[in-house]
Formats: sequence, C-alpha cells, structure tokens
Amino acid sequence: MSTQHETVPATARKVGLEKPALQYGVDHDLCPGCGEPLALRCLLETIEELGCAQRAIGVIGIGCYTALTPLMDVDLVQALHGRAPSVATGVKRMRPDSLTFALQGDGDMVSEGLQEVIHTAARGEPVTCVLLNNGVFGETGGHMTATTVLGQRTKNSLEGRDAAYHGHPILIADLLAQLDGTAYAARASVHDAAGVVRAKRMLRRALEVQLAGRGFSFVEILTMCPTGWFLPTAQGPDYLAKVLGSVHVVGELKRDGRFVPTSQLAAPGARAS
Amino acid sequence: MRRLMEGSEAMAEAAIAAGCRFFAGYPMTPFTELLESFAKKLPGVGGVCINAESELESIGMAWGALATGARAATGSTGQGIALMQESLSEITRAELPLVLFHMARGQSDYFQATRGGGHGDYRHLVFAPIDVDEATRLVPLAFDLADRWRNPVQIHGDYLLAHTSEAVEIQATRFDPLPPKDWAVDGSLGGTGRARNINPIGMEKGRKGIEPEPFWKRLQAKHDAMERQEPRFEAEHTQDAELVVVAFGTLARFARYVVRALRREGQRVGYFRPVTLWPFPSEALRQAVRSAHRVAVLEMNAGQMIDDVRLALLGSKPVVAIGGISSDSAGFGIGPLLDSENVRERVECALAGREVSA
Amino acid sequence: MSARASRGTVTIAVERCKGCELCIPACPPRVLAMSQQRNALGVPYPELLPGCTGCGACLLVCPDFCFEVYRFDAPVAQEGVL
Repeated sequence: MSTQHETVPATARKVGLEKPALQYGVDHDLCPGCGEPLALRCLLETIEELGCAQRAIGVIGIGCYTALTPLMDVDLVQALHGRAPSVATGVKRMRPDSLTFALQGDGDMVSEGLQEVIHTAARGEPVTCVLLNNGVFGETGGHMTATTVLGQRTKNSLEGRDAAYHGHPILIADLLAQLDGTAYAARASVHDAAGVVRAKRMLRRALEVQLAGRGFSFVEILTMCPTGWFLPTAQGPDYLAKVLGSVHVVGELKRDGRFVPTSQLAAPGARAS
Repeated sequence: MRRLMEGSEAMAEAAIAAGCRFFAGYPMTPFTELLESFAKKLPGVGGVCINAESELESIGMAWGALATGARAATGSTGQGIALMQESLSEITRAELPLVLFHMARGQSDYFQATRGGGHGDYRHLVFAPIDVDEATRLVPLAFDLADRWRNPVQIHGDYLLAHTSEAVEIQATRFDPLPPKDWAVDGSLGGTGRARNINPIGMEKGRKGIEPEPFWKRLQAKHDAMERQEPRFEAEHTQDAELVVVAFGTLARFARYVVRALRREGQRVGYFRPVTLWPFPSEALRQAVRSAHRVAVLEMNAGQMIDDVRLALLGSKPVVAIGGISSDSAGFGIGPLLDSENVRERVECALAGREVSA
Repeated sequence: MSARASRGTVTIAVERCKGCELCIPACPPRVLAMSQQRNALGVPYPELLPGCTGCGACLLVCPDFCFEVYRFDAPVAQEGVL
C-alpha cells in the first residue's frame, strides 16, 4: 500500500507550491519528459523572488516553449524565429527600468539568430538572454541545430552528426562570454533537482546583473527532449547530462570580468557553482 | 520659418516633431542620410537611434520599441526592405504602428511597397511624396494614421526626395486625439492575471493553442476599411483632358510641370498622381479619365503602377506605358527620365498616338 | 510490511501525469514508484511510499507541475511496501 496522494495532515507545512505565482495554470501540451517547463518554473520564480513581476517584459522566440506563453503572467512580446534579441533591445532602450529578458531555443538563437544575440551582447545591451538548449529543433520534429553534438542522431543527421559532413556544434556561451559587453554568462542543466536549483541561481545572478545595469547577461539551460532524441522519457536526464552535458558543460563562463572557457569548466557531474 | 533643408533631414525633423523617439537603421544609399539625421537629432530630445548591424535587426529593434508604446520608425532602400519582409508582414499582424521610410533607388520598388514581399495577407498604407514640402506634411500624418489604425505606414521616397534641398517649414500638425495605448507592454500587468502578449497569431493568456483564423479575418476587415477611407490623390486639368498622364513620387513633379506647360499651349492633357500608392485611388482615377481617350502611365521601371491603373480602369480606356527603366551609372535611380524635355517628348507621343521610343 | 518514518508528504495530480518517470530517480530517499494502474491519459503515475523527507526534488523535476510538497513538524511512522 502507498501513502496518501490527496490527504495531507493538518499539521503539515506546505513547502513546495504546485506552480509559480506568476504562472496562470499547469495545463500544457509539451511532451512527457520535456525539460522546458522546468526552466520556466525557474525563470518565473526568480522574477517573482526579485520582486520584478511588474517590471518584467519577456520577448519570446519560436519553438516548443512558445506554447508555454499562455501560462506566463508577465507582459510579453512575441518575436520571430531568431529575432528576440533585437526586439528585446528595442524594448529595453525605450523602457530602461524594465527587467527585459529574451527566451529562445537553440534552433532559434544559435541557428537562425546567431548574429542577433552576438551583436546584442557586443553592444552590452542590459537585457538577459535565456537559451533553452536541447540540441534539436523540437517543434519541427527533431532536426539538427547549430548546437547538436557530434554523434547525436536527428532527422537530418540520421547516422549521428558527423564533423566532416555536418560540421561542429557552436558553443554559444563561449562566444558570448568573450565579448566585453557580456557581464555574465553561464550554463545550467535541468537533468536533476540539483541542476534545477543551480539553474535558478544562475538566472538570479543574470537578472541581478541587468538590474545593476552592468551589461548583457546570458544563461543557457540544457533541457531534456526525449522526443527529439528518440528516447524513452526516463532516459532523457541521463542523455542530457552525459551526451549534451559533456560538450555544453555546466558552469559560469563569465562573471565579474573573468572569462572561463568551456574547456576549463569542471568535468560533467562535478559541482561547478 | 522656412529653412533650406535636405529631404532626409526634413523628414527626420518632421518625424521627431510628430513624437518619434526611436529609430534604428543600417546605412544604404539613398537612405543613409535619414539614419544620419535621426542619429544626430534623437538624443537631443531624449530619443534613441541605433545603428543596427543589419536591416533585420533594425526592424526587430523598432518592433520592440513599438511594443512599449513608443512612436518608432525604421527604413532602408529596396534591397534592405527586402531583408525585412518577414518582420514587415508579422509586425502588421501584431498590429504595431511602424512608420517605414523606404527611400527607393528610382521607382522599381512600387510592387514591393504595395504588394509587399512578406508572407500572408497584410497591407501597408503607402505615401509617395512628390517633394520635400509634401513629405514634411505626410510624415506626421503617417505617424498619426499608423497609431489610429495600429498598422504600418510607409513613406515611399527615392534618391531625389532624400537628397533634394528645399525651403520648408516643419509644422506642428494637430490631429484628433488618439485612444491610449493600453495594449502596449510596460511590465505593469505582470502578476495581475491580465498580463499582455503582443503577438501576430492571436495567442491569449490562459488559453492553450492559437486561433489565427478569426484574428486574421479581423485584420482583413481592418485593411478593407483602410482601403475605403485612406486613398489620397492629386489631379489637375482632367475635366476635359483627352490624355491623362499618371505618375507618382518625384517623377510626378516633372509630369505635372509638362502637363501645365502643354495646357498653356492649348493641349487638352491632364495629370493624375496617387499620393497613396496603397490604397490606390482607383475611384478618383476613374473620375479623372472620364473624358480621356487615352491614359499614359509615366514611371521609371518595367511597368508596375500600370497594373493598378489597368485594374482601376478594367479595360474602359486604353492604357499606354510612356516611362521605362531609367537609372544612372550607379543604379541609384537618377535616370534620364528625370528631365522635363524627355518627359514632354513622351507625353507628346502619347497625345499623338505614337509609340514612345525607349 | 514495515514501518518507516516520513518527515513529509506530497500530493500528486495523478490525472495530469504524463508518465514520464522523471520523478522516480530524482527522489533522494527513493520513495516514489510508478503505479500498476493507469490514469485517464492511459499512463501509469507515481505513488508515494513511506519515508518522504519533504525535500521537494520531485516538484522541481516534474514537467507537468503535478506535485505539492509538505513537511511535518515531527516524523510520522507510516506503513507501506518498501
């Protein structure tokens, strides 16, 4: 027999809310085992904890996560694929007191929109760009992006990404961290509870950098996509940590003016920050 | 007080006088001086001008600025406008009041301006000023109508317009009051359960999925209303004209000059100029050519506006092209057609029923 | 059957569960197990065994916001299959 699901003793304290206060509901149609809702929770909780619910303006790219926007109780502007950073720039320039963030997938930010995010960082625009990186174009059904790792099978790299034929993945966090306009750049991964906690901490640091007016901030959050990876959902977290996480390594790449490239970040599994 | 001002500078000042506080652009001839003018003037009024790293980013930045409720603009020339097409079509469906300064190289971007190169059903209001003076009056009107309709409005000029200096006075134009921009995002509705989402497909908070069809049909109804209410034109000497010359933009200045000269010599020739390229003033054109035997279309391209003339007249009058491709050695559209003697010869051919030699 | 102290508990919206099983390995004391039954979506869902610490890890890793987590003032002995 198992303990109760519904009946909670009167003496119990609730320590975990079903959903963030800035979330309208819990009903969404993203796949079982998708990591993106975990990142959404981190983002919305952080905005609320910073007391910025009524300063936040989000600029959303196009991907599976776009379907989460009906759940987000913050002012939003929907952008086109790859184009969120320029829209976020326009928003923040006209509303400098806002907390402006962009939310994009890897296909959106690193394939289609590589130029936009790099220029936005180089200009030091005080916005926070959040990357949901699962190494695939999820919404179209699982295709290769600029962050797909070597050996990863997708619908247009059926035998696995091959350097000679498909080229190498782009480590966008490194590109951005090297720019002087970037005040904070970090990579997180939501493959387990500790990763989720770390992701939230990095988001907080990034948003605080924006609030302090110190320049561009960037957080990459690795998320599971078992559908796009052709895996059972239960194998998603392990694949994320071992396959994507060994290339797009978790850690802080830019903080207080110091750049730490991916090659120098701690090995996967070790605690980076 | 009238000052001698180059077209680019005059248009930028007129925009700022109308409340434009954001501009982004990428240098490209003959649009560059507009960007320079905004870069020089906007900071002084607390505005922002960004020299964007591409045309795509220019319109993206303007999109963001517009979403916050600011009066914002961008622009380019044909090639750069071509790069912006996806955003131009979606920004229309997001119902954002963009003012787009399209300084063309000649007149071969008429299709691009009026049909649009973006995907889907959308329409932009398009003004084609004849000279700098008219441009300074159309620019504030553009910002007003963009806000009134929540739709992009294009100022369609060219090299000649942008680089001609005229004595103009930038007037503060008074318009009817506009509704407040409560659709604009400023963060303030976060956490209230009523947060906004400015988007081009009808997404709503608290509702899963999208329902684009009713949303897009509502936009179609809006564009139909714009088509009925916003045509503007200029016409002279059309009442008893045997031949009506139709021209737009700066080239129309030459057509108007020639028509007036021929009239003084007793020739029954008239002149018609669409001020709005979209909506094309079809009904006014039909009225203007009532007594004409022939309609001559003068444009510097392979034949673009002539399609709208033919559509307006539906075969009721013979329509003949008397213009053609005409440009300078750099391809900026300062061609031999921008010459009153050349234009006069072509109009006289049309009057006599002779073919124009290209 | 044996008794085990629970320092917390959870509620699980089992009808919304999509059966992804991410919560199972995420739970540090391993007190979540997938049911034999199916919900209306046709998938199994997690059930809670004795020994919950109220740490909230399950809540953090659930993509469908199915968990609410509680802690007790004092441990409660509960019986269940381990």
